[in-house]
Amino acid sequence: MSDFIAIAFSAFILQNIILTQFLGICPFIGVSTKRSSALGMGFAVIFVMLISSSVTWLLYHHVLVRFEITYLRTIVFILVIAALVQMVETFLKKVSPSLYKALGIYLPLITTNCAILGVAVLNISNEYNFGQMLVYTTFIGLGFLFVIYIFSMMREKLDRAPVPKAFKGAPIALIVAAILAIIFTRFGGLIEWIS
Amino acid sequence: MTKKENFLKGIFKENPLFVALLGMCPSLAVTTSVENALGMTIAVIFVLVLSNFIISLIMSNEKLAKLVRPVRIPVYIVVIATLVTVVEMLMHAYLISLYKSLGIFIPLIVVNCIILGRAEAFAADNKPVDSIIDGLGMAVGFGVAIVIVSVFREFLGTGLLTIWGDLQINLNFIFDFLRISPVGMFTQPAGAFISLGFILAIIAAVAAKRQEKQEKQAKEVKANV
Repeated sequence: MSDFIAIAFSAFILQNIILTQFLGICPFIGVSTKRSSALGMGFAVIFVMLISSSVTWLLYHHVLVRFEITYLRTIVFILVIAALVQMVETFLKKVSPSLYKALGIYLPLITTNCAILGVAVLNISNEYNFGQMLVYTTFIGLGFLFVIYIFSMMREKLDRAPVPKAFKGAPIALIVAAILAIIFTRFGGLIEWIS
Repeated sequence: MTKKENFLKGIFKENPLFVALLGMCPSLAVTTSVENALGMTIAVIFVLVLSNFIISLIMSNEKLAKLVRPVRIPVYIVVIATLVTVVEMLMHAYLISLYKSLGIFIPLIVVNCIILGRAEAFAADNKPVDSIIDGLGMAVGFGVAIVIVSVFREFLGTGLLTIWGDLQINLNFIFDFLRISPVGMFTQPAGAFISLGFILAIIAAVAAKRQEKQEKQAKEVKANV
């Protein structure tokens, strides 16, 4: 159990996917201008990440390893993710139009979101078992949602702030992200303090 | 467009990182040392040039293009993923230390928007030779950009510049001269965001200045006429 808590805490804060691992920066900068779209993107990422990580984990351990073709990992993973996103999109459209309305426009963007492929590869290279993989993926996704939501609130305020002309847009967003990154890396001290 | 213009546009006018803001993830993550940035550049040059070449070969054959067009994105992804796997294996075999320090960002070249973007925007409807030149220009432009970021970060963070392996330039005398010490934060994640933010701001400021100048000149020309 403590094993799971350690994985969850480090996935959520210490190895936060955006601020310390630099995965999923494109949606982080691109979709975070409004709170509602940040929330939509965050939930869409959690949803797709959980499905795709489970499928790729099962495929890797039960097909690729068994037939000794692990060198095909990158090709298989990216194709599976692209196909899955398509399937999820069609499925949601049919089964739950309201959910589709909320997440729909973010789904195509997710195929090229490096966070999804990144987490699928990290699950394999960290040698997690299925349970650990589920916990890790969930908390990585929650970390993504948490950071992108905080960041979108800051950006709504930034729009009205008197920023120097050259810093408008992406540069000031990156500098705000740097301040968030400092806060998140300093949480490491909390663990040392507890133990 | 001449071949030279085609090559140079990737470095200046349409620089993938500084102008189009593509490929942010690797440019933040692997710029902790100049060596890592150079390694990433080599990998991206290899993948982008070959993927542009192969895709334009496929798409310039009329029969094949007709077959491929409805499913072109998956086809591009398979081509790119194959090339990335080749790079990964080559690096694992010959450049093991670089392979370890780049880590997960080698397989993630697959989802680097620059590569898929060039395949769709250029290679799909241009000749193979032009596509190679375009790919080379874009990859070198991306390389120049991440090397600039990494020089900024490694110099401010450690006072050293690791070019390749043991080849290291020690610039600590500048810090000694100014009686300050290097700021370790720049090698950490926060430093990546700050560095890229400031570099983008400097570029925006220079571009605005240049535009102002041009407008002034245009006005003067008009006044003279």
